[in-house]
Amino acid sequence: MGADATARDFTINLGPQHPSAHGVLRLILDLDGEVITRADPHIGLLHRGTEKLIEYKTYAQAVPYFDRLDYVSPMNCEHAFVLAIERLLGLAVPYRAQLIRVLYSELTRIANHLINIGSHALDVGALTPPLWVYEEREKIFCFYERASGARMHANYFRVGGVHQDLPPALIEDIRAWCDPFLGVVDDLDRLLTGNRIFKQRNVDICVIKPEDVWARGFSGIMVRGSGIAWDLRKAQPYECYEDLEFDIPVGKNGDCYDRYLCRMLEMRESVRLIKQCCDKLSSVAGAGPVLAPDHKVVPPRRSEMKRSMEALIQHFKLYTEGFHVPAGEVYAAVEAPKGEFGVYLVADGTNKPYRCKIRSPGFVHLQAMEFLSKGHMLADIPAVIATIDVVFGEVDR
Amino acid sequence: MTRYYGDGGLLDTALREIGAAAAAALPGAVTGFDIALGELTVRAEAARIVEVLRFLHDDPACRFIAFVDLCGVDWPAREKRFDVVYHLLSPQQNLRVRVKVETDETTPVPSIVGLYPGAGWFEREAYDLYGVLFDGNPDLRRILTDYGFDGHPLRKDFPLSGYVELRWDDEQKRVVYEPVRLMQEFRNFDFLSPWEGTDYVLPGDEKANRAG
Repeated sequence: MGADATARDFTINLGPQHPSAHGVLRLILDLDGEVITRADPHIGLLHRGTEKLIEYKTYAQAVPYFDRLDYVSPMNCEHAFVLAIERLLGLAVPYRAQLIRVLYSELTRIANHLINIGSHALDVGALTPPLWVYEEREKIFCFYERASGARMHANYFRVGGVHQDLPPALIEDIRAWCDPFLGVVDDLDRLLTGNRIFKQRNVDICVIKPEDVWARGFSGIMVRGSGIAWDLRKAQPYECYEDLEFDIPVGKNGDCYDRYLCRMLEMRESVRLIKQCCDKLSSVAGAGPVLAPDHKVVPPRRSEMKRSMEALIQHFKLYTEGFHVPAGEVYAAVEAPKGEFGVYLVADGTNKPYRCKIRSPGFVHLQAMEFLSKGHMLADIPAVIATIDVVFGEVDR
Repeated sequence: MTRYYGDGGLLDTALREIGAAAAAALPGAVTGFDIALGELTVRAEAARIVEVLRFLHDDPACRFIAFVDLCGVDWPAREKRFDVVYHLLSPQQNLRVRVKVETDETTPVPSIVGLYPGAGWFEREAYDLYGVLFDGNPDLRRILTDYGFDGHPLRKDFPLSGYVELRWDDEQKRVVYEPVRLMQEFRNFDFLSPWEGTDYVLPGDEKANRAG
């Protein structure tokens, strides 16, 4: 402590094992009384060297690493990676696979926003919402399991499409889940949106002005909460988002409360998208294969392998050597629930990526922690951490 | 709305105009540009990167005001072994640009935090993982690796297993660091097809080339 420091100045260490730190965030806070004067997040406690590991794996082997980045929305991360590879290969994805990808991306978005809203509410003192949201999230994980066999780390999106087709009963069950789920969103709305304590903890907290967002690299809800209608699904559409109808909810004041409202509305929009995908998947337009027919990249189906020697050889080659990606570089981004999740991929013509940079939204948003929390009270820190929606899998990589 | 990716002509034309404008406005600083897979890559001189980005940021036809990404790429065979790659976005034009500069272990690259405050942690990350130095970054500490870590792990000559491993020592009641000891030798299989341009020297190959 310096000579001019008064008894009011002190430094506290929040985390890395703090329930409101949403994982392994270590936050060094300088306080003047209860007011924050400096915030220095220490990250990297969950650093696993994903980018280095990917350089030693074939392209297909690298996909599961992406589930483990943002483990609250695993499929969106896979999506960016397979899109990058497909763009380098010039591979077109069949329409049915695009619909399934959108369907599961939106289910994942709902699962992510549920967790965020639940834990946000918990951090500011509400106990019931997390219990309700986990129940719905559990149902989404069942849909995950029925499509991919895994409840969280799905490894479902593959280069050229998705691993397996959806059974018709699953599509019907997802459709049947939509409307009761909207009822749960209504319940959450009734419990939180008008709640006096929830408003006191969130309104006018962590206000982001529209002119500040771009240079700081913000994306997703952090941009939309400040009233800018920017969504990669509309602005730079990938897959079949162009053919689907949905709106982009935007906030007005750019505070924690508006971002919460955006997340609630985004879940409703995602349900709209899911319904459209289900309709299309069960119509004639959505019928067809779920993997591209390019056998230089896509392994043969197991039933073919039982009969055809060539298919067996093809399978062996694709699971040992893998496919070769022509030399080049590409940046592919998706609108993940937390913001723009991008993959910058440098290929050197072999079967392994030369460099795979993962641009995660959480990293950028957490960086602005000091900018967002300066001048706020210590008790606002949980609301700020919750509103930027950090998950340390993707921040630390 | 035009298709963003794979619309062929429209997007490429817009990107080519931006690339040409940047090259014309800053001769010497911009050393070239190319368009591949619907993406514009501008190559720039490392010492003048701030000028180049400021042009892309301010020019009314560009307005790349959004910072997206900054990362290093290691090419050990080159004299200037590192690429520093910047990704920017123009929400107004709905376009992206990639700017690349080259540097080595000792030459610092001017920091861009004055222009894009969001680049701060990305520069720290590139410094941490590659050892690229940034001149003007007020806070160039390590970010992802452990406290007291030695080396730059994403360099191609850094082994995947690293050099040290740590464990909790119950006698000393603290975490101790020890050299990595693998129970089995680290195996990195090379599955490249032998008929697709590998350059192994298999035992006995030298006989074929021996004179006489």
